[in-house]
Amino acid sequence: MIGSPIFVFIFAMWILLIIGGGILVAFLGPISISGYGELDSILSSGVKAVIAIILVIAWIFALSKIWIFQKQIKS
Amino acid sequence: MENEIIAAIVSSVIAFFSVYAITPFLIKWLEKKNLCVKDFNKTGEVMVARPGGISIIIGILAAEIVLYGFMQLNGILAIIITTSAAFVVGLIDDRKVMGGWFKPVALAISAVPIILFGAYDSDLSFPLFGDVQIPALYFAIIIVMIPITGNTINSIDVLNGVASGFMTIASFALTISLVIVQNYEIAIVSLPLAFVSLAFYKFHKFPSKIFPGDSGALTLGAMYGAIAIVGGVEIIAAVALLPAVINSFLFLSSMKRIVEHREIKAKPVTHTDDFKLKATSEKDAPITLVRLILAGGPLSEKQVGLTIFRLAVFSGILAVITAFMMGVSL
Repeated sequence: MIGSPIFVFIFAMWILLIIGGGILVAFLGPISISGYGELDSILSSGVKAVIAIILVIAWIFALSKIWIFQKQIKS
Repeated sequence: MENEIIAAIVSSVIAFFSVYAITPFLIKWLEKKNLCVKDFNKTGEVMVARPGGISIIIGILAAEIVLYGFMQLNGILAIIITTSAAFVVGLIDDRKVMGGWFKPVALAISAVPIILFGAYDSDLSFPLFGDVQIPALYFAIIIVMIPITGNTINSIDVLNGVASGFMTIASFALTISLVIVQNYEIAIVSLPLAFVSLAFYKFHKFPSKIFPGDSGALTLGAMYGAIAIVGGVEIIAAVALLPAVINSFLFLSSMKRIVEHREIKAKPVTHTDDFKLKATSEKDAPITLVRLILAGGPLSEKQVGLTIFRLAVFSGILAVITAFMMGVSL
């Protein structure tokens, strides 16, 4: 079928999205910083934001290693 | 419940038939005003009317204002204002050559009404794993999401019928998903987007009589993003949009920067002697979804469009599965 490797690519993206969500909920959700008064929620969100950005970069890096993408880049 | 069903039917009928009725007049008016552009994927000098965003926004506004009469939700007002602002941004870009910064910044500002109306839930829901609370970070997601969905739909508007056809499939998948997660009110609010896209597809499909332009593509994409935020189905919406996300991802990964299509010198796709589309071998050309599809050999414009629709249906099914998974907790 035309474009069948792209279906695999989309499926891989979907799996990575679900796994990424799991990491976010399991590890990022419980993070809470206290002892800084009104700054607590801002600091907590800031830390979560930095980790979330790192996760997104890791997601893009993982996707770029998928063979269909590599093959297309080199062609 | 009876009231909601009537609202859903009335708004869907208004959305579909207003676009269906207005677009032929819009095409004639645009042709009369000489507001036409060349269709580069056709032999000869085929000129097509643009922008069709005018009929798209009329259909959306008519249906959503009627829905507001039925339901009086702040979310509907936020969606109406954000979508209208995205239309204006697109219309400016249709008429004037703006810098690369213009669309992302202006679309980010378009998202502000969602925050002002408080039409969001700052918990981000993931399938199988539940919610994560990110109150401050969620503001950033709102501001970033509208430019992303708007530009993502705009970036796949490269072939006849693709943007409107893709949006029809993604919107119906989003509506079904909203019903599955039992957010019935926003499911009704999202129906006009699907029916407006479907009605516009009638004129946009191969061979196109009208192009949506930036005003049409940004309107559709921004409304989709706004519904995802107001409905609290951001992840599901992203899944339904995956083929278009791939297109943006491939484009950015290969170009290594945000760049307007008109600034690209090396074209990713060219034509064979019988005017089929074929991937170029130019190293500097961006990698796009169409180029990826054409990696297997030349195809007609219609075949490429159908392949994109198959990918959209596949992603739509994954989105619906994701919606079912929202109800499952590990």
